[in-house]
Amino acid sequence: MSVLLSIKGLTKAYPGVVANDQVSFDIGEGEVHALLGENGAGKSTLVKMIYGLVKPDSGEMTLRGAPYAPPEPSAARADGIAMVFQHFSLFDALNVAENIALGMEDPPPMRDLARRIREVSETYGLPLDPARIVGDLSAGERQRVEIIRCLLQDPKLLIMDEPTSVLTPQEVQILFETLRKLSSEGTAILYISHKLEEIRALCDTATILRLGKNVGTCVPRETTAREMAEMMVGSALQSPERSGRALGEVALEIRGLSAASPSAFGTSLKDLSLSVRKGEILGIGGVAGNGQDELLAVLSGEIVTRGDAVALHGQPVGALGPAQRRALGLLTAPEERLGHAAAPDMSLTENAMLTGAAREGLVGNGFLRWGKAKDFAQRIIEAFDVRTPGPENAARSLSGGNLQKFVIGREVLQRPEVLVVNQPTWGVDAAAAAAIRQALLDLATGDTALVVISQDLDELMEIADNFAALNEGRLTPPRPTAGLTIDEIGLMMGGAHGMEVAHV
Amino acid sequence: MDLSAINPVLLIASLMVAATPLLLAAIGELVVERAGVLNLGVEGMMITGAICGFAIAVETGSPVLGFIAAALGGALLSVLFAILTQFALANQVASGLALTLFGLGLSSLLGQRYVGIKPPETGDAFGALGDIPVIGPILFGHDLMLYVGILIVAGVWALLKFTRAGLILRAVGENHDAAHALGYKVKRIRVMAILFGGACAGLGGAYISLIRVPQWTEGMTAGIGWIALALVVFASWKPWRVLIGAYLFGGVTVLQLNLQAAGVAIPVEYLAMSPYLITILVLVILSADKSNAPASLGRTFHASS
Repeated sequence: MSVLLSIKGLTKAYPGVVANDQVSFDIGEGEVHALLGENGAGKSTLVKMIYGLVKPDSGEMTLRGAPYAPPEPSAARADGIAMVFQHFSLFDALNVAENIALGMEDPPPMRDLARRIREVSETYGLPLDPARIVGDLSAGERQRVEIIRCLLQDPKLLIMDEPTSVLTPQEVQILFETLRKLSSEGTAILYISHKLEEIRALCDTATILRLGKNVGTCVPRETTAREMAEMMVGSALQSPERSGRALGEVALEIRGLSAASPSAFGTSLKDLSLSVRKGEILGIGGVAGNGQDELLAVLSGEIVTRGDAVALHGQPVGALGPAQRRALGLLTAPEERLGHAAAPDMSLTENAMLTGAAREGLVGNGFLRWGKAKDFAQRIIEAFDVRTPGPENAARSLSGGNLQKFVIGREVLQRPEVLVVNQPTWGVDAAAAAAIRQALLDLATGDTALVVISQDLDELMEIADNFAALNEGRLTPPRPTAGLTIDEIGLMMGGAHGMEVAHV
Repeated sequence: MDLSAINPVLLIASLMVAATPLLLAAIGELVVERAGVLNLGVEGMMITGAICGFAIAVETGSPVLGFIAAALGGALLSVLFAILTQFALANQVASGLALTLFGLGLSSLLGQRYVGIKPPETGDAFGALGDIPVIGPILFGHDLMLYVGILIVAGVWALLKFTRAGLILRAVGENHDAAHALGYKVKRIRVMAILFGGACAGLGGAYISLIRVPQWTEGMTAGIGWIALALVVFASWKPWRVLIGAYLFGGVTVLQLNLQAAGVAIPVEYLAMSPYLITILVLVILSADKSNAPASLGRTFHASS
């Protein structure tokens, strides 16, 4: 296999942190190459350098033996490098064809482009109507837009950043078929993912980054997921332990709830029922955008409903607002860390105050008790190993994983009677994710009822007692996780949403 | 009361004149907002354009040079806004308000020597064609700038709808982070849109001081810049709706003036507010389908990585 892209001694430093330190590796023609590492290990910076968004401080790249230093993404695209972004790269108000044209160097007239989009989408089993407005598409369909945008340019190297986080297991299988087909046609793929089992199924080689340095390569098929995780973290990994526990009486119940979504592109909840018992963890899976945010809002009190639709210990709470529900012991941690779970420009102390005021007694006679709030923030930081110089720092200054630990810790330490979390370990590295899962399990052992909404099925299988799936605002009946197969879960999530396997 | 004194042909011809300053300012602001920038300084740029155009036209005796100067003056003032918001990352609302106040003050300073002077006259674009009965005064009886205004609307529409440049402009206004990730120069595109908006506002101002009124008085734009801002919103950021809204506003303005002159028994205050009420009412109904504000409108862009 000849070398397509060779990276030698690439270094990039930002004030206070070296994002990439002398990173070197090669990607062969048609090779599926995984890039692994914890959050902040420098994966994003590295692919941004390859794609021309960031200029390296030193080091060099060669593409098929010729020096390669793209000054901007259009130069990278011209050299056959394409990238599917994790987020931030589609325009909701524009249609599919316009979105694709924006990502191309020299797009053909719209009518020809629409025809080519149809051709490529049929060839690779990714059906897509060029005239649809992107804001109306599901997460999986949006990803198809990005992939087709790349495929239309006949890339030699396709960079994919966390592509499967929004797909059902069946959709993941179809995506892998597409990628294997591309690879067999000679396109190299640089694949970034946290999901080690996927990497084992798909990739030929893996390069592992830790703190900006290349700490090793391995052949994923011959390495266990655990070994790879330990290479990423640099130490032995602790798996969460679940102890057998008896379930108590019903703590939280929703009966026949329907609620309209507050946002134009959201999903309404339809006749939804669930019940969680003390000490139980109910895992709720489903592809993003199928009502997860709305379910959380209904439970947190951001959407109020008729009183008896939501019951806490048999008491109707559906008509109460978030503060009253918190006082009663129903706590929630939403998915979006910056802006929803935490106020980005406020300090950690202030953020601790925001949800902890009632249960931790941080407010007295209308005055804020800063001393107690600071102690509370400090306790969260210590108990959850949040890496920050201190509670006076702004929430925005924390990395995603650290802020997530803070946000979850803040709720866990308030001794909730019912805790609802959405995507508790989204974008969090393996070690921190394990710590968060362990905290949730410990909480359940202490008789708290938990609802864990997540798109990470492995996570749900690991910690949940029962599993239910959200599909277009409807919740399936829960089933015990023990003995549930991935196929059954996929069907509960609604199957493959009209995708088909590549057929050329 | 004598309604027969109102001549429909002259009414239509004069509503087009009354609408043109608003049209020019609004189409410029539409482009700025489509690029994701909210410039509340339209009034300030208009009045600056009004005095720049007036002064140069008086000094040179050429209305054409006057209009060119007005466009340059408006654009120059908008450079200030562009520097503040795109490079100093200042708040767009505050910067826009400051720009209006600054423009009003600057224009009265520049205009001190020009009060009470008559500007050179702007000729009709098509000369004798304007003498054809009925359609002559409506279609051919106007000055060149009025046609330029309509051409700019058509040009902006075609640019946004059919060209790659227009697609990129809309993309920047829709999601500047994504546009940046794809390698488009968000700041450069926005600065260019702001300059275009400033030039159009300047032209609109000069149309008031050189053709509509025509003389120089302080504060003579009298809130047209603010109407232009509202018009862009109610027109759902669509060029032809801006034209409809501007002509409606101009039409009701001219009509109520005629009604006042004819002595209709409605208090003058009600007549005077009618253009604003009717324009807003109609455009609210038009925009009821879907609010499609550019998603990045008014948000500061900072390339964080």
